[in-house]
Amino acid sequence: MSKQWPLWEVFIRSQHGLAHKHVGSLHAPDAEMAVNNARDVYTRRNEGVSIWVVRAADIVASSPADKGALFDPANSKVYRHPTFFPMPEEVKNL
Amino acid sequence: MYAQMVETGLNAVRSAEDMADDERAFQARIDAGIKIEAKDWMPEAYRKTLIRQISQHAHSEIVGQLPEGNWVTRAPTLKRKSILLAKIQDEAGHGLYLYSAAETLGVSRDELLAALHSGKAKYSSIFNYPTLSWADMGAIGWLVDGSAIINQIPLCRCSYGPYSRAMIRVCKEESFHARQGYDIMLALARGTPEQKAMAQDALNRWWWPSLMMFGPSDADSVNSAQSSKWRIKLFSNDELRQRMVDQTVPQAEYLGLTIPDPALKFNAETGHYEFGEIDWAEFHNVLKGNGPCNRERLRTRVTAWEEGEWFRDALQAYADKHSQKAA
Repeated sequence: MSKQWPLWEVFIRSQHGLAHKHVGSLHAPDAEMAVNNARDVYTRRNEGVSIWVVRAADIVASSPADKGALFDPANSKVYRHPTFFPMPEEVKNL
Repeated sequence: MYAQMVETGLNAVRSAEDMADDERAFQARIDAGIKIEAKDWMPEAYRKTLIRQISQHAHSEIVGQLPEGNWVTRAPTLKRKSILLAKIQDEAGHGLYLYSAAETLGVSRDELLAALHSGKAKYSSIFNYPTLSWADMGAIGWLVDGSAIINQIPLCRCSYGPYSRAMIRVCKEESFHARQGYDIMLALARGTPEQKAMAQDALNRWWWPSLMMFGPSDADSVNSAQSSKWRIKLFSNDELRQRMVDQTVPQAEYLGLTIPDPALKFNAETGHYEFGEIDWAEFHNVLKGNGPCNRERLRTRVTAWEEGEWFRDALQAYADKHSQKAA
């Protein structure tokens, strides 16, 4: 059997001004083919104006086991949300 | 359905007492409606069942291109031909989304394809029937893709994140398929008596195989009960089939076509259509490989894979050459 093509993650910018968003993955032998395939697989209905492809092997992800250590500290800091501070009704533009 | 009679490898539904802490926490997350993601801990049986279910679904999308490919060169107009090509291209895309979802579970696409080509993996029974006339393109879009939508919409809410996201993409595109099918049926039903007869003939041949797509009643199936508990199956085969009949009968009436089932009648009390016995011997026979087109479908897939090998290798050789140059 031939060598398996590497996996690429595909990110699409849907409109000018919005961030690229992960839409899925695909196999391709190189970056150029990955962009071509992404065009065919993920933008058949005008879904995008720009494509990024990244080799899946090059993505570093946080581990589900570290979820607590990474994200729990934010739980106790509700004052980071503007709604934490009640404002008097009479005061405007805040 | 596109995945029929998926095995879980279990003899009884897992109860809380059977489970170790890991599995109990996993089940609690599913019960709370939290999605399971690729890197999360999951029971081996869940992982394996999902690989079987998603890959069977993917294979069905890929093999499902073949009955329609039969009519690309003979579509009645250039517009119909372009639409059919776009639909078939979507099916390839759906197969790819699903293979990607399966790959997150630790299996490679080439392994899955090898299982399809060796005859080890299954695909939906429906694609082993021949497409004898242009009206079959209408009947497939209307009935087969219509049934697929009924099955796939609930799967958008299934417990496995990558599968549910693939289903959301698929469902967005699938209503084009059902509508273009019904549009073909409409054109034929409004056409000459010969064209209307062609539409009726296609309905006659595709009606029962479409009802079989949902699989036999799984009211007493351990596999289905376990899959429901894991939320990778959200409704029973009978419930989904009933939904298909209820929504399709009025659509056939609008076309002025007759559903080929003398026992079909509306029950005003339940608000549902009652329908006749399904020939499950035929279904099992097709699953065993003895449908009208099983051998031809598989042979066509294997030939396409083998004859494309030089091209896949050439692309790889080109990529290798350029990465060596860069290094």
